[in-house]
Amino acid sequence: MAEVSLKGVKKSFGRVEIIKGVDIHINDGEFVVFVGPSGCGKSTLLRMIAGLEDITEGTLEIGGRVVNPLQPKQRGVAMVFQSYAIFPHMTVRENIAFGLTIAGASRQEKQQKVAEAARILQMEHLLDRRPSQLSGGQRQRVAIGRAITRKPAVFLFDEPLSNLDAALRMDMRMEIGRLRRQLGTTMIYVTHDQVEAMTLADRIVVLKDGQVMQIGAPMELYHEPANRFVAGFLGAPSMNFLNVDVLALDGEAAMVGNQSLEPIRVATRRRAFRKDGKAILGVRPQHLRPVQSGKGLLHGIVAHAERLGSETVVDLTLRDNSELIAAFNEDKVFEPGDALELTFDTALAHLFPDEGELQTH
Amino acid sequence: MAFDPDNYGLRLFVRYLVLCLIALIFVFPLVFMINSSFKPDSQLLADTSSLRAFLPVGDISLNNYFGAFRRAPVGLFVLNSVLVTGVTVLLSLLICSLAAFSFAFLRWKGRDVLLSIVIATLIIPFETIAIPLLLLVSKLPWIGLDGLHWGWLNTYRVQIIPWIADGLTIFLFVQYFKGLPGELIEAGRVEGANWWQVYYRVVMPLSGPVLATAAILKFLVMYNQYLWPLIVVQQEGYRPVMVGLGYFFQLNVAWGEVMAYLTLITVPVLVFYLLLQRAFIASIASTGVKG
Repeated sequence: MAEVSLKGVKKSFGRVEIIKGVDIHINDGEFVVFVGPSGCGKSTLLRMIAGLEDITEGTLEIGGRVVNPLQPKQRGVAMVFQSYAIFPHMTVRENIAFGLTIAGASRQEKQQKVAEAARILQMEHLLDRRPSQLSGGQRQRVAIGRAITRKPAVFLFDEPLSNLDAALRMDMRMEIGRLRRQLGTTMIYVTHDQVEAMTLADRIVVLKDGQVMQIGAPMELYHEPANRFVAGFLGAPSMNFLNVDVLALDGEAAMVGNQSLEPIRVATRRRAFRKDGKAILGVRPQHLRPVQSGKGLLHGIVAHAERLGSETVVDLTLRDNSELIAAFNEDKVFEPGDALELTFDTALAHLFPDEGELQTH
Repeated sequence: MAFDPDNYGLRLFVRYLVLCLIALIFVFPLVFMINSSFKPDSQLLADTSSLRAFLPVGDISLNNYFGAFRRAPVGLFVLNSVLVTGVTVLLSLLICSLAAFSFAFLRWKGRDVLLSIVIATLIIPFETIAIPLLLLVSKLPWIGLDGLHWGWLNTYRVQIIPWIADGLTIFLFVQYFKGLPGELIEAGRVEGANWWQVYYRVVMPLSGPVLATAAILKFLVMYNQYLWPLIVVQQEGYRPVMVGLGYFFQLNVAWGEVMAYLTLITVPVLVFYLLLQRAFIASIASTGVKG
């Protein structure tokens, strides 16, 4: 078990800077998830922690020890890869025992630890099979088994569930959650799947273009996004962003509105705005409710509706031709062309500066 | 279109017929060589104008084989060739795969430039460097059990060492290694393996096809060596099979004995090929190399 601390970490490939100065402190036993769009550097960051990529600048500490110059094997980390990366020429047993074999463990110790890992992951019956005889989920289980036998200080998961089908992904997600409670080891998990991030993480690190956008507990990020990027990245369907005019300002709130939005008061959350300037209003689709004609804050025409049974997702065109997605928590019928008025709780709306996408906490 | 069993059978028949004809064309010289090795010279030469050349008919005997053994130390030549070839193939697989491992997986300054140079050596014909190489090996030192020597001529090592590393074999390995999933190598490293352990525990066990390809190509090059041993070996004791062929082309060429000798020295090649055949065919598909 160990803390992991990244201080001013940068990574360049040639002249291209991939990681642009990252500071993250991960507590002992914490489950931290790195999320972000493709190419945001989350996997690179994980590989730097593993020792598979050099750190161009800054320091990386694991368990209070600077590990920048250390080889992967000296860092006390274990990693589970997206492609499983289990050795095709070895049986499951040999795969799980690989790290122990390399470390020169006795046969007895290997047997005992392999048995323990197999028991935890419920795969005793698979030990003598070859990877080619296993399903995707079983292979990933073997990869996790290989990682846990060495009792590493830190587990690293690089999109471990991305190659699995939806049903299996949910099973394995729960299994990883269970494993985490059972082992209590520090875990760092990379994914682009926000459901995995929201359900597994103690804290989420949202990355974009090699920079940290926000670090926080899943619900904190969902309810109090630090910037427009985080707001749009978490939540499905993603948050609506409306270009609005700032009509008036007082200490803690702004009066905003536009052609399709009645003037409303929204908390500024200490962000700076200019009177008569532009701003961006963020409203989650789930916070929108249809109301009777004349009482709505927003006026739109239904362009398209999707009925999902538990939920109805409506795509609207507003008066200023911008697009808006609303998700209603019930099964309702809408026809394209229907006029619709919507309202929402302004306390749940977020106001972002017009160019504020990259602003961080 | 409906499945037509008759048509399918016919097409299969025609396909196999064509394949058999092609196979026959390739086998003809071999059949001619083996059949002729049992015939006396007069009959052998007379048969060449007819199909009899490919049939074991007429005055059949093993006399040519006895003659071949009388004329040249066939056993010694085969032994020399097998020894030189075998040792070179093994060392070449080891050294070239290690070099390729470094080119494919390790990061170091000048790696790509050096790999380009190694590959560029493929276009240099051996004949152009034969004389400089001869001068070099004639002056190289060697420490044996009986002390320091100068010059490598008339030895096994002069036939082996210059041939261990070559651009083609390194290139084959590099290409194959680059095709292996990188995460396997990384998993090995994270699990605590050093580079050497990654090499022999992860990479080598997955390299069967390329090992077979490289082994067969190297085997053929080495077993067919003629020019190099001709100029660096003057003593009979170290001569390989191809140089030994010269023993049969003196004043009177005994064609029957030539055929018997050729048949004898073809045997190790066939044995070697049959051993690795399956892996070789598999690897042609995977490395895109023609045999």
